[in-house]
Amino acid sequence: MIESNYVSELTFASIDSEASLKAAMKKGSESVIKEVTESKLKGCGGAGFPTGLKLSLMAKEIQQPKYIICNADEGEPGTFKDREILTSYPELVFNGMTVSALAIKASHGILYLRAEYTYMKQHLENVLIKLREANRLGKNILGKHGFDFDIIIRSGAGAYVCGEETALIESLEGKRGEPRNRPPFPIQYGFKGKPTQVNNVETLAWISTIMVKGANWFNSVGTEKSAGYKIFSISGDCKRPGVYEFPMGTSVAEVIKEAGGEGAKAAQVGGASGQTVPASDFSRKIAFEDAPPGGSIMIFGPERNMADVAENFLEFFVEESCGQCAPCREGNIKLLEGIRMLKKGEYSEEHLKELMSLCETMKVASKCGLGQTSSNAFLAITKHFSNEIMTRGGKR
Amino acid sequence: MIEIENTTDLKKEISGLVNKFGSDHDALMPILGELQNKYSGISDEAMQILADLLHMHPIEIQGVVTFFKFYNTNNKGKFIIRMCETMPCKMKQADIVAGKLKDELGIDFGETTSDKMFSLEWTSCIGMCDQGPAFLINDKPYTRVKPEEVSGILSECRGGK
Repeated sequence: MIESNYVSELTFASIDSEASLKAAMKKGSESVIKEVTESKLKGCGGAGFPTGLKLSLMAKEIQQPKYIICNADEGEPGTFKDREILTSYPELVFNGMTVSALAIKASHGILYLRAEYTYMKQHLENVLIKLREANRLGKNILGKHGFDFDIIIRSGAGAYVCGEETALIESLEGKRGEPRNRPPFPIQYGFKGKPTQVNNVETLAWISTIMVKGANWFNSVGTEKSAGYKIFSISGDCKRPGVYEFPMGTSVAEVIKEAGGEGAKAAQVGGASGQTVPASDFSRKIAFEDAPPGGSIMIFGPERNMADVAENFLEFFVEESCGQCAPCREGNIKLLEGIRMLKKGEYSEEHLKELMSLCETMKVASKCGLGQTSSNAFLAITKHFSNEIMTRGGKR
Repeated sequence: MIEIENTTDLKKEISGLVNKFGSDHDALMPILGELQNKYSGISDEAMQILADLLHMHPIEIQGVVTFFKFYNTNNKGKFIIRMCETMPCKMKQADIVAGKLKDELGIDFGETTSDKMFSLEWTSCIGMCDQGPAFLINDKPYTRVKPEEVSGILSECRGGK
């Protein structure tokens, strides 16, 4: 099965989830939202929406029932931090949902587990049973009258696009996992048309943590626009691939050094849909305002061919596009054909220009994040590694 | 098409699942998951029966089944091997392990062995990037797989039937 992997020291290891729930209950709804808002925590799934704002918008919704969904459909290539958090700290994740439920007065929780992680489903169910036995889920939680909240686990079935929150909700409703038009956002019109808060696994664990350690502890590190700590999945050409915790604003160079990836020629920050950072830019900071974190860093050593990387990512997007909108469905295929032609040296400047312009169209016209970001790596690699890609006897 | 000998049994099975998960449309995914596990695929017949019970059109159900990669309409092997084809695994010689799987099973990716024991497929990132090359056999992940381990893993499956 899964062998032990490298995990740096994580704050989560020191957090008692029961103490976290008790602290939240002592604070009460409004103070919980205030604390999370002051911490400046942003969504850890990649989009970086302020978590406190999401909670306060949810609290204002009057419709019932309200749903809290934990998005454990971690599918971004190179990302596995949520696997580690769910394996080692599932109580913090579930507790983060319960704390949110207290804050926004929700009664139903759903953890949407990607099909690839089915092996850990029983482990998670066991944790839920334990939490129910301890009255930390169920009716009148910890004796507080009217505080009712429970969580069920639902499995995905192998679709990257269901990590997009509206596609996830569609699939929960028994439909094809195709993203919805937004607005309306899930907060107004989510699961079964009811107010729904969707949070990443890590975000929920941080909510639990902030209840214990406080907003000031969290926002005392990081940059102005990206506060606190972040968990990273590091893979690729390095000595110690694994799960790491760093303060926001850490440079790409520092991260690579920690993982033992010295001499790398590039790093992919934020998964296949993220940013390709060449060695000359390793001083860039991992933060929402610079290289947005998402959660994954792939390290590419000096021997790697970046055209192969771009091709692999595009194969992924062709496979995973839901096919609903044309810019994404057709665009990714054209980009994949393009990179294959570049690799063979069969291209013209004119064709390359057309592909660049197609990337722009995809960014603007695609319906969801998949098509809006799938051309990032193609653009970056053709820009930063043009010498590598275009010196193969192209017909200019 | 999946051959199911007894439609009555299938009906009983599916109505049992509907009792367990409810007849709201949000019960569809959990029910499909159970059917997929049990029959290694979801037949036209199963979709029709389920559609009647959930008051949906069978086409809607077919739409869902064909959308998700972990559901299939054709009859696959008892063990579905899904080899990760995304960059971090590729960088750890996934292709060599993939070649070994092909040799051992005598089939190509996308195919099923004639004894219906194994299906071999490529899949997108399975979240084992720190310990590639990796593949799933049904629900179970195998990580840091060495080519010489492949044969043993497959006989383990065969032995456990």
